[in-house]
Amino acid sequence: MGMTIVQKILAKATGQASVKIGDVVEPRVDVAMSHENAALVINQFLEIYSGTGLEPNVWDPSKIAIIFDHRIPAESAKTATNHKKIREFVVAQGITKFHDIRGDEGGICHQILPENGYIRPGYVVVGTDSHTTTHGALGAFSFGIGATEMASVWTLGTVLNVEVPATIKVVVTGKLSGFVSPKDLILHLIGKISAQGANFKVIEFHGETIKNMSTSGRLVLSNMSVEAGATAGIVPPDEETVRYLREVAGVTDDIEMVLPDADANYERIVEIDASKLTPQIACPHTVDNVKPIEEVVGIKINQIVIGSCTNGRLDDLEIAANILRGKKVHQETRMLIFPASWKIYKDALSQGYIMDFISAGAVVMNPGCGCCLGVHQGALGDKEISLSTTNRNFKGRQGNPNADVYLCSPAVAAASAITGVITDPSKGVN
Amino acid sequence: MTSIVIAKFGDDISTDTIYPGRFMATVLPTETPQYAFMDETELNAKLNNKRVPPNSVIVANNNFGCGSSREQAASTLKGWELIIVARNFARIFLQNSINLGLRTIICPTIDANENDELEISETEIINKTSGKKFAIEPLPLARQAIIDAGGLIAYTKKKLLEKSGKN
Ligand code: SF4
Repeated sequence: MGMTIVQKILAKATGQASVKIGDVVEPRVDVAMSHENAALVINQFLEIYSGTGLEPNVWDPSKIAIIFDHRIPAESAKTATNHKKIREFVVAQGITKFHDIRGDEGGICHQILPENGYIRPGYVVVGTDSHTTTHGALGAFSFGIGATEMASVWTLGTVLNVEVPATIKVVVTGKLSGFVSPKDLILHLIGKISAQGANFKVIEFHGETIKNMSTSGRLVLSNMSVEAGATAGIVPPDEETVRYLREVAGVTDDIEMVLPDADANYERIVEIDASKLTPQIACPHTVDNVKPIEEVVGIKINQIVIGSCTNGRLDDLEIAANILRGKKVHQETRMLIFPASWKIYKDALSQGYIMDFISAGAVVMNPGCGCCLGVHQGALGDKEISLSTTNRNFKGRQGNPNADVYLCSPAVAAASAITGVITDPSKGVN
Repeated sequence: MTSIVIAKFGDDISTDTIYPGRFMATVLPTETPQYAFMDETELNAKLNNKRVPPNSVIVANNNFGCGSSREQAASTLKGWELIIVARNFARIFLQNSINLGLRTIICPTIDANENDELEISETEIINKTSGKKFAIEPLPLARQAIIDAGGLIAYTKKKLLEKSGKN
């Protein structure tokens, strides 16, 4: 019996010829990522060392990545003090993959890691963020952990007691046409298998639609796999992966392709015909409450959000700019745009997209998590409705438990900004 | 041990409900408990007015703790010494709970309402109010090892000392 991609990666990361599903293993870690919650990781890390008589030194400072993104620039003295504490730790430990609040290198952690060539196929990546699944788009086994578990990784360089997970194979065929995007595909999948459909399991994405999809689109699929409960969402690496790593991420050294065996054992196979999809909308308050746009068109929207680690990349901004160019955001709605990184921001600036947005009446915010998790900017008023390209619509997610969040693609968000109501971009907005 | 159910939830209770994102700059386990279920105002008030004895139970259906990896969601409940009984849990939340020593019990058929009295043993839960019994699903061995060590900090400390030849 062959192995799935996650079995292959875990076998390699534990120095074994093979591992079985359900085995308990202790894989070595290639990248350990944190954001502002590194403040808590530092506490726990020092706690592990306390009383041991040993110097608290991280196992390998070159493998730790820390990116400030959740609340930047700091919204409070408390956050600013956390930032300061982390900066001091970074210097003391010699951590190199550190991205501070800077226009030349900053952005959302899940964009910074791929963009800077920190992720490779076959890597084991852990992050103190549930959307660490994102990096599976480049063929890594990448999953979210808590702060104490990260402190343990900083100490030992391995993740303790990982059970080799079973895998669901998702096979996508057919062309995504018109305004239908990878976001619609993943929302459809989550609606189909439910918010817990892949709990404790890995999703492997296969099929011609995935083969033909850019890395930017694949990042959307892996990013939101966690919304179906998945431990990881992995796209087996191919020529497109290599192209992205060489051309966008600037990787020059060898790239090792780790691929699943043809006779791997999958727990379940889910097939999707992408050509049949229309734009999909996740309705309040769960991500699996997904409806085709036909069922929700016309709902009045108070705030439109384009951005986040899900849909804040250049191709997302391009689609939105093409729809908004020369038009106006509806008077009774407001539009917030936050690119996923400063690199994307600068590219969007030189393409003229930023000017298109501002001229239309949108507010372009600094790259970062922005209003995605409701701690910083763009909170909603009572009974207001947000239509957002982010990845979660839980009660309270955008800062107000008495507000509603709908999730959609960038094209739907842009078309709806013009009309002020949920609008199918393929139906025109004039 | 007899415990009282202080709240009953349905499916997909997210970490945003357990510990809203706007309190994430607060990280110390001594400070997080006050914000537990902040937007479920009645439950939050019950906890903060200290009307809840240790080992009180929150019962939920499927996928309790879905969403973010924020460890505050576990530390806030651990702070009140609650026991969480759910049909199943989201992965990261379950792992965080085990790492921090928050008692989480997987009970695939649990049926209980607020104010019910539960008798919890190693293998089953007896709902003394309804008279019904429910089997507990044992935690995977890999996780039990962390609990036995007294949490992940202690477990890692042991491994660290072994590795450095100090033990
Ligand atoms: S953009 Fe949103 S989902 Fe992504 S890392 Fe930031 S807070 Fe999390």
